[in-house]
Amino acid sequence: MNAVDNSAGTALRGHIKICQLARGFTDKDGNGISVIEDCSVEFEPGLLNVVMGKSGCGKSTLAYLVAGYLNPDRGSIEIDGREVTGPGSDRIMVFQETALWPWMTVTDNVIFGPLVRNALPKSEAKEKAEALLERFGLIDFKDKYPGQLSGGMKRRAEIAQALINSPDIMILDEPFRGLDVMTRELLQEYYLQLFEDTQLTTLFITSELEEALFLADRLYVMSEAPDNIDQVIEVDLPRPRSFEVTTTERYLELKQIAMNHLYAGAEELM
Amino acid sequence: MAQTASMSRKPSLWRRIKWRGIASVVAFFVLWHLAVVVKFSGFAELPTPIQTLQTFFAEYIVNPDYWASWVVSFERVFYGFIIAQILGIPLGLLFGTSPKFRDMFFPVFELLRPIPPLAWVPISILFWPTNESSIVFITFIGAFFVIVINVYDGVGGIQKEHLWLARSLGATRAAIFRRIMLPSVIPSIAVGMTLGIAITWNVVIAAEMIASDSGLGRMTWEGYVSSTPEVVLIGMISIGLAGYLSSITVDWVESRMMPWQERR
Repeated sequence: MNAVDNSAGTALRGHIKICQLARGFTDKDGNGISVIEDCSVEFEPGLLNVVMGKSGCGKSTLAYLVAGYLNPDRGSIEIDGREVTGPGSDRIMVFQETALWPWMTVTDNVIFGPLVRNALPKSEAKEKAEALLERFGLIDFKDKYPGQLSGGMKRRAEIAQALINSPDIMILDEPFRGLDVMTRELLQEYYLQLFEDTQLTTLFITSELEEALFLADRLYVMSEAPDNIDQVIEVDLPRPRSFEVTTTERYLELKQIAMNHLYAGAEELM
Repeated sequence: MAQTASMSRKPSLWRRIKWRGIASVVAFFVLWHLAVVVKFSGFAELPTPIQTLQTFFAEYIVNPDYWASWVVSFERVFYGFIIAQILGIPLGLLFGTSPKFRDMFFPVFELLRPIPPLAWVPISILFWPTNESSIVFITFIGAFFVIVINVYDGVGGIQKEHLWLARSLGATRAAIFRRIMLPSVIPSIAVGMTLGIAITWNVVIAAEMIASDSGLGRMTWEGYVSSTPEVVLIGMISIGLAGYLSSITVDWVESRMMPWQERR
């Protein structure tokens, strides 16, 4: 089962265990719609777990449940043995649409977390923020407002805003959607490098197969309820990865396997 | 700031003055003048802009009563507007954040909202002890409803991600209210202010004509009653200027409230 060597010494944190999870919504006419039903899956710590599925299959709902923004109707989510009952700074989410607060400068956005929890004195938080912004190439923009940043810079600022809290888990919900191809590929490489440096447990949601395969240790193919996650593909491409990996034979094989799963689902719908 | 030259380019002074705007103002006065000279229908009784200006310089510019009218009208607008902000912003926030409060009081609010401010004149005169307080009250009514509605709407429009992220980061309810919700509704407060200041001037002028013996509205009305069209025109232009000055002031306050927003 264990495809990645996690004998690095430090105990990896952020084991997500989802058991018999169900969550539905009520539509405008008052009908109940089941989005997630009978969903059981485990995301192992220290891995870049990618959940892929087409829009409307409940990917974001799953992410919101793990983040603690929504409560399950049935079933449970445990992280390192503790049940999720609400949001916490042990898992930070990067949203589809930017969630940087437009009235705060980049630095103020980044230090908000540590300051609001009284986790760090302001001077220390600022130092830490500047180190992160330096690393993400944003140091010249630390006193700018988010509205003055490009889409790619906003994404990097959000990752910095999350990392300063030393979360156990990063949840990224289609974070690079809507960016141009170049920026998107740059950010994928950025995140990949960050992950390979830190082994920070990641739950990455996407609807793009190429992005999923390039990043993932394990690819979870998600479909409509019930039994939302029906396929797990071990992406055994070597790390550290670069874009050359997408031309290898193994990559193409994995792509074919994933496509077969996806089209198998599509035929049922037709 | 030096490195952001491309982000915040300032146009040259000449461009900022906008010569087209000046030309249209000049054209307006020329047309007015011509209309009077050729006795265009309705203009026969009116003075030309130059006659108006002459009257203004001869009788008004040093007339303390005239300037007192300015002060009185401005005071009414100011108090009505400020009180509307002080009461309206918290009420809008309450409607937006407390479903119980909203369920209880919003229907009453919606019942009163469609009543035009001027329809409040009689009850206001009956209710308030002094003439001054009833006019301030009517002015207040003019701005109050639009401010509440805008703030309430602003709370509803807060991005859920903005609140969620703050919760993830460990912010308390109080911190979320102060650091996230309040700044989120500032743009809506600003819209309420822009609309509010325009309405207060509308209302105060009409209220002065109906129910007061002072102010720019009254002065204009008296010009009509005493058959001195110069006074009517001086009054109207003064009201226009006063409203314009108020709008500029409000715009300036708004830009200070939202340093993160690009200038329009």
